[in-house]
Amino acid sequence: MTSTTDRGPSTPKGARIGADIGGTFTDIVLEVGDRRHSTKLLTTYDAPERALLDGVRLLLDEAGVAPAEVSLVVHGTTLATNALIERRGVPTALLTTEGFRDVLALGSESRFDQYDIGMEKPQPLVPRRLRVGVAERMDARGQVLVPLDGDAVRAAAAQWREQGIRSVAIAFLHSYANDSHERRAAEILAAEMPGVSLSLSSEVSPEMREYERFSTTVANAYVQPLVDAYLHRLDDKLKAMGFGCPLYLMLSSGGLTTVEAAARYPVRLVESGPAGGAIFAASVAAERGVGQVVALDVGGTTAKICLINDGMPQTSQVFEVGRAHRFRKGSGLPLRIPVVEMVEIGAGGGSIASVDNAGRLAVGPHSAGSEPGPAAYGRGGTRPTVTDADITLGRIDPSRFAGGKVTLNAGASHDALAALGIWDGKAETLAIGVSEIVDETMASAARVHAVEQGMTLDDRSLIAFGGAAPLHAARFAEKLGIREVIIPSGAGVGSAIGFLRAPVSYEMARSLTLRLDQLDLDRLNSLLDGMTAEARALVEAGAPGAAQVERRTCLARYKGQGYEIPFEIPARTLVPEDVDLLRAAFETAYRTQYGGVTLDLPIEALIWRVTVGSPAWKPKDRAVVTATRDVEVTQRRPVIDPDSGVALSFALVRREAMRPGDRVQGPALITERETTTVVSPRFDAWMDANGYLILTRREEG
Amino acid sequence: MTAALNELRTQVIWTRLISIVEEQAQTLMRTAFSTTVRDAGDLSAALFDLQGRLIAEAVTGTPGHVNSMAAGVRHFLAKFPVATMAEGDHFITNDPWLTAGHLHDVTVLSPAFHQGRIVGLFGVCCHQVDIGGLGQGPDGRSVFEEGLQIPLMKLASRGVLNQDLLDILCLNVRTPLQVRGDVLSYISSNESAARRLSAMLAEFRLEDLASVADYIVDRSLAATRAEIAKLPQGSWTSSLTIDGYDHPITLRARLTIEGERILVDYQGTDACVPRGINVVLNYCRAYTIFGLRCVISPEVPNNYGALLPFEVVAPEGSIVNVQRPWPVAARHVIGQMLPDLVFGCLSQAIPDRVPAEGSSCLWSVQLRGRQPAGEPQAGDSFDAIFFNSGGSGARPRQDGLSGTAFPSGVRAMPVEITENSAPIVIWRKELLTDSGGIGERRGGLGQRVEVAMRDGSAFEVLAMFERVDHPAQGRDGGGDGSQGSVRLASGKAMQAKGLQQIPAGDRLILDIPGGAGLGAATSRAADLVARDVEEGFVSAEAAARFYGSGVG
Repeated sequence: MTSTTDRGPSTPKGARIGADIGGTFTDIVLEVGDRRHSTKLLTTYDAPERALLDGVRLLLDEAGVAPAEVSLVVHGTTLATNALIERRGVPTALLTTEGFRDVLALGSESRFDQYDIGMEKPQPLVPRRLRVGVAERMDARGQVLVPLDGDAVRAAAAQWREQGIRSVAIAFLHSYANDSHERRAAEILAAEMPGVSLSLSSEVSPEMREYERFSTTVANAYVQPLVDAYLHRLDDKLKAMGFGCPLYLMLSSGGLTTVEAAARYPVRLVESGPAGGAIFAASVAAERGVGQVVALDVGGTTAKICLINDGMPQTSQVFEVGRAHRFRKGSGLPLRIPVVEMVEIGAGGGSIASVDNAGRLAVGPHSAGSEPGPAAYGRGGTRPTVTDADITLGRIDPSRFAGGKVTLNAGASHDALAALGIWDGKAETLAIGVSEIVDETMASAARVHAVEQGMTLDDRSLIAFGGAAPLHAARFAEKLGIREVIIPSGAGVGSAIGFLRAPVSYEMARSLTLRLDQLDLDRLNSLLDGMTAEARALVEAGAPGAAQVERRTCLARYKGQGYEIPFEIPARTLVPEDVDLLRAAFETAYRTQYGGVTLDLPIEALIWRVTVGSPAWKPKDRAVVTATRDVEVTQRRPVIDPDSGVALSFALVRREAMRPGDRVQGPALITERETTTVVSPRFDAWMDANGYLILTRREEG
Repeated sequence: MTAALNELRTQVIWTRLISIVEEQAQTLMRTAFSTTVRDAGDLSAALFDLQGRLIAEAVTGTPGHVNSMAAGVRHFLAKFPVATMAEGDHFITNDPWLTAGHLHDVTVLSPAFHQGRIVGLFGVCCHQVDIGGLGQGPDGRSVFEEGLQIPLMKLASRGVLNQDLLDILCLNVRTPLQVRGDVLSYISSNESAARRLSAMLAEFRLEDLASVADYIVDRSLAATRAEIAKLPQGSWTSSLTIDGYDHPITLRARLTIEGERILVDYQGTDACVPRGINVVLNYCRAYTIFGLRCVISPEVPNNYGALLPFEVVAPEGSIVNVQRPWPVAARHVIGQMLPDLVFGCLSQAIPDRVPAEGSSCLWSVQLRGRQPAGEPQAGDSFDAIFFNSGGSGARPRQDGLSGTAFPSGVRAMPVEITENSAPIVIWRKELLTDSGGIGERRGGLGQRVEVAMRDGSAFEVLAMFERVDHPAQGRDGGGDGSQGSVRLASGKAMQAKGLQQIPAGDRLILDIPGGAGLGAATSRAADLVARDVEEGFVSAEAAARFYGSGVG
């Protein structure tokens, strides 16, 4: 649809392509030396590679680059995610331990909404009639209690052949401790059902807690044949176009992997787009030289918040796909995969405002999306949205929205807000309300998220990207006491840029319960070394000859607690003297997370992780630029400030007209084609050497 | 600032307060040791104003706790007036009659200060796995046998812990380090919430919470009253008979909708019994009002104003208003039935909004045995607990939920976690075909659970199960849910309540009840019947017999 060029921050050799297929748009970025070309196309659902290849051709033509000159293609896609959410996977069956066919249906047996009598639990991907239990059983230590009944497996296979099953998940209790029954069952099924796709829980997610492990394995099985076919098709077409470079896939964890590995464990791809966004934010943080960051990505329907610590996006081991119910925790399917940890809430430019029956103004989680869109779009939307509030407050110039491509009707925004009917129908007051509630909702989500992660938001910088974030970033920062806000360039295609900043990496996790004061070092070292060898081989396949960085992490807790916390351990053979080091590392992590005292209780390690990756992306050195020139302000407009509730005269500045070192005093609006940055009266802004806008909180006078 | 802007700001603060108490609850879950708190979420966290009114409660938590604590805070303030509270003070009790109805629930209340002045009170109420005494079963003959009683007292004074109390506590429980760790985690979660509150007041340039609290209470009260005013006026009665400890117990209620208030009167309910299934009035109120709010005003945030229009009375000495020192440890067995009883009344007033009865009482399986021979700690005794839920009642437009905790909402522990922390094997945990009551809307399915020692040795169960003799009753032509069953794999039936032994080589089998159906089975859509048969929720025989279906 559109294509833009701007100066990129990095100059690796050769041309590089990042391609992010999202639910609505396919974003392509081509970096050639210091130049960046980008384009956005509508996603082609029937054959997602079509939009991708069209965009790639377009950019190559524009840049005058031949496919053979491209050294890297990195791809992220929501194909697996959409197949899970829309239930468009292949016919899938589950083979499990007798007596446990309903693990997926029972879930946690709880209700994610205490007062909602009408709530529904997420439906399992595999219906009950295709979930078959067979006699076999391990105990918690991995010892066989009941041998596997091979005949029962064969009988299940015979039934599934009849039913046209294309993919089978094998998930037995305690298989993380002993996978022999799962492997034997896989051999039988492979022989009985030639060509069928098999996903083993001991491979996909070898960790304790059966609901999450079974759910992850079933999700993998459900999408594996689709993703496998798609990736190989795409790979072939790229080769046919003349590309000689490898194709990499973006993982949910923020690392890259090969087509082969991605096709085997497609469940690890589900959050690739948001992970790219987080890597993008981390690369911006590296360029700015800041380590502690809150990344805020606000689009049309959702806001995503991710914490970056010491320059690394925070990662987690559990993700929920397809939260159906107001983004409530527990309303989606749990996936236990390495994933960039973020909270996603139903708050974006298209979020609809309403008044609840307690007379409270509420915003979201429902969204008007792009169709019919906000009332101001004049496409049939009549309900007021966050964008309508932004227009009414004076933050968006109706004549210059989206580069003038969409004409906005400010009167329609005004009327839609007034129709909410409270506060005497005063549209301006309601607009303040909508803006304040959505900012408060995002700030609350960030705060609770930080607590759940055992982190604080103090002294972090905010990196805001996505179409609606620059409009709300300053106020969001004020609510959280954040003093620096960074609005990078290229924010509309942030995920695709992030793909090009990601290392080739692989993360593995295994359960092995050990008390730190009773470590079985031989067993532990052999487990960790085995994991390292496997991860190193996968990374070597993806980045032959590249240096490898290895990190090992232990998840532990005081014996008796229910939640583990991660801490880093040395990436080498552990010796008896390391026990004190491990205990100290745990205690430091515990104190950091929960404040408070350390306890005189045994420490129990449950999960061991190994991450191997190529070295992290390094920003290019740039001349230091400081704010030296005040921009000449020729235009001003009245904009309502939600803190005081009154209209102030905001300076109006075009971002394209600013040069590194230029400075603007708040209050101001800095406009660009895709969005507007609101510099509140409590902030000033300047442009740094990268072309990023830096908003800094003025000292209280 | 205009009135509208002021109101807007107050609403923003309201959102913030709910987020602060949610942080409080999350901190608690992440630092707690009791599986009931950390894994099951059996807790509550809330903010109160200086009059002791509940202002905000965490989304995470159980109704039995929060509404009980809402009633209990005034007792704290009567004994320790706000004017006498200092920074660093923390107050504690587990008095069943003052707070959540049994000794295992410990409440800690802490004043929150801003600029040197007290501005509010944060409270947490959590289920301790162990509080000494017999354990959390119904076998106690009086509260004295059920564990350590902590009167309303100071847990810390100006930041100095009450070491005498901690020493007494640690000596009276089986797992002193964990209990101590838990109590300290209550303090830190209240303290971190207090810091947040102070920062928020500074940000909004407020000196105290008074006007915000009034606004929240007034708004919630008005909204709740408006919902009640839409209901038909009148009075309806209902009764519910349950198994009881060793003889059936009948609960009776009269529900009156009168203008903008609702009164529930338990007159006629059976007397209390000399076993620990009795309910204190606080807890009775908590679950009664929870049931009412689910149907009448689920969207109104829970606080003093949202609770005020609901009045609950019960005769002193009845099983839902038991007096000291009758035993109360397993009071949830009856308390969790109260929403069903209230639904029975409400369904006569607003039949199209009310679910049928469910299994309702959480089947909390508490086992005791010895560590297997030849393993570390061989011969030591261990306690294990895991939660299981049956089916919920059919809903006006939906089937009941299978294997889901209503009304308690607590989470079940993973089987793999349970088997890692105790030498037991859970051999089965599976939905039970035909356990959901038949009807146009089918009841949720119950489940079958089978458990034994890993080495096949003998073990004990502290049974406190319900709806074994008295299933969930169907409504408007819907069928009853299946009854529960407690038995040995070798065939012998066991009691639904009390401490009993499972002999070596045998397994304990529990059939957890199903929810009841709503409306005539013959009105059920044919495609739903066909799906139920295909999925094995309903057998082909039952489909043919009750639904007139030829499928199968």
